[in-house]
Amino acid sequence: MLDQKQHIKLPEGSIEKDTQTLNLGPTHPATHGVFQNILEIDGERIVSAVSTVGYIHRAFEKIAERRPYYQITPLTDRLNYCSAPINNMGWLLTVEKLLGIETPKRVDYLRVIIMELARIADHLICSSVMGVDTGALTGFVYVMTYRELIYEIYEEICGSRLTTNIGRIGGFERNFTPAAFAKIERFLNEYPAVLKEFETLLTRNRIFMERTQGVGAISAERALSYGFTGPNLRAAGVDYDVRVANPYSSYQDFDFSIPVGTTGDSYDRFQVRNAEMWESISIIRQAMDKLKSLPADVYHADVPAYYLPEKQDVYTKMEALIYHFKIVMGEADILPGEVYNAVEGANGELGFYLISDGGRSPYRLHFRRPCFIYYQAYAELVQGSMLSDAIVCMSSLNLIAGELDA
Amino acid sequence: MSLTNERIQQRLTEKFGDVLTGFEEPFGLLTLTAQKDYNLKVMQFLFDDEELRFRFLTDITAVHYPERKNEELAVVYHLHNLQDNIRLRLKVFAPVAKPDVFTATKLYESANWMERETYDFFGINFVGHPNLIRVLNVDEMTYFPMRKEFPLEDSMRIDKDDEMFGRGGNL
Repeated sequence: MLDQKQHIKLPEGSIEKDTQTLNLGPTHPATHGVFQNILEIDGERIVSAVSTVGYIHRAFEKIAERRPYYQITPLTDRLNYCSAPINNMGWLLTVEKLLGIETPKRVDYLRVIIMELARIADHLICSSVMGVDTGALTGFVYVMTYRELIYEIYEEICGSRLTTNIGRIGGFERNFTPAAFAKIERFLNEYPAVLKEFETLLTRNRIFMERTQGVGAISAERALSYGFTGPNLRAAGVDYDVRVANPYSSYQDFDFSIPVGTTGDSYDRFQVRNAEMWESISIIRQAMDKLKSLPADVYHADVPAYYLPEKQDVYTKMEALIYHFKIVMGEADILPGEVYNAVEGANGELGFYLISDGGRSPYRLHFRRPCFIYYQAYAELVQGSMLSDAIVCMSSLNLIAGELDA
Repeated sequence: MSLTNERIQQRLTEKFGDVLTGFEEPFGLLTLTAQKDYNLKVMQFLFDDEELRFRFLTDITAVHYPERKNEELAVVYHLHNLQDNIRLRLKVFAPVAKPDVFTATKLYESANWMERETYDFFGINFVGHPNLIRVLNVDEMTYFPMRKEFPLEDSMRIDKDDEMFGRGGNL
């Protein structure tokens, strides 16, 4: 039997006798996920914090060493489950980079649409939950309708909603249906007004501003040292965005700007995310326009060795049958190599470091999970602040437990 | 003028000579191997040098190669120069019997948990780390699970009783 005290690790030089130790989490309604923080508080002020992570660690990196490449896509869903398509695409782009597969422009644009929808869905959750944590439930309930619409779009494309497993090596499993395009159009028509109204609810709301301004602020220098990426880094004033720095999936064809903040506090993070949603809407519009001039029946690259053939052909054609068998059994030829590929996830640079020895599974696969890296800063961000600020700070960081614990 | 892989290699070779080996560019990413005791010196130089400016630590991880004698564990650093937008991969090999590697926590705050994670899964002992304890696995764990001597369960095994999982017994 373990001593209960053993799990509570007080920081060095703790003055516990004069202060209280509060266990915030692992399952606390205000932490939106499995996060444990052992706070040492003096009244309501936080003296120090120790973060404990790993409660939902599922050893994806180890499991990936046994799986053929196409079976790893569903593992990536479960990292950042608020924007699973970005993870899927990141993984597929990594494999395509390793195999040297060039995807057609139409596939790239379809992927951009899906990734930007995922980014909106992710930011929508984060921004609206910040409202909830400061006491404004209305905005959250209001915008959920449109996250639902995004999930319906996923459903039209791949059949599932949360853990999407969207896309295959070389493209998509099937073409976008007219219903999917109709829903995307509907989203583009209706959502801007909703986002405008959502911003009106909170951006200049005095209570919201008082609760978020100056809370969890970090300087650009510290943010870089702590390995911040994504909106959290941009809120501190550094304009690093993987989509612009190392364009993938034809992002270089799009015209968009990178919103940046100045103070790096929770309010700026909120503002940066909202501004990014406007950019995402514009990117999706541009992509829809570009699609009009491309042949509508292309939805995957011509790589029979890696892309599953049509079922009809499997029954009637010899090559299709062979490729089908090899792919399903995980015996597709994989080149040896070492590749690092990063995409701009909704909360930062999501990297895949893949080493292949030519076998059916990766020799080593490592996920660079943005929120695992920047969550380290949490103790520093909340030190000296009020307990209620720690909650707002946590939701403004957009921490996703699934990604953090891999 | 923006920095190129050739220029970085030239600068590093001038400074460190034969401490650095194995220069290659898989998929355009400059990769090099440093002698085990020089990892921090090389990273410090990459950080401080006004031309190189690799001041962002993207990732730390490790790889286990059981067949390489006396250099079974590779610690892999991904560094990023954000101004010139160029990445670099630095590798250090350590023997599994004594996997001591200097910590980068003094250089980058973010190295703290990344090194803890690497220790957690591979048992790399980061010398000088302020708090080298497990981060994702339970504290009571006595082994380093990502090493290759711990294979996953054989999916073809037949001695498993599927009845426990509601899938019927013998097929």
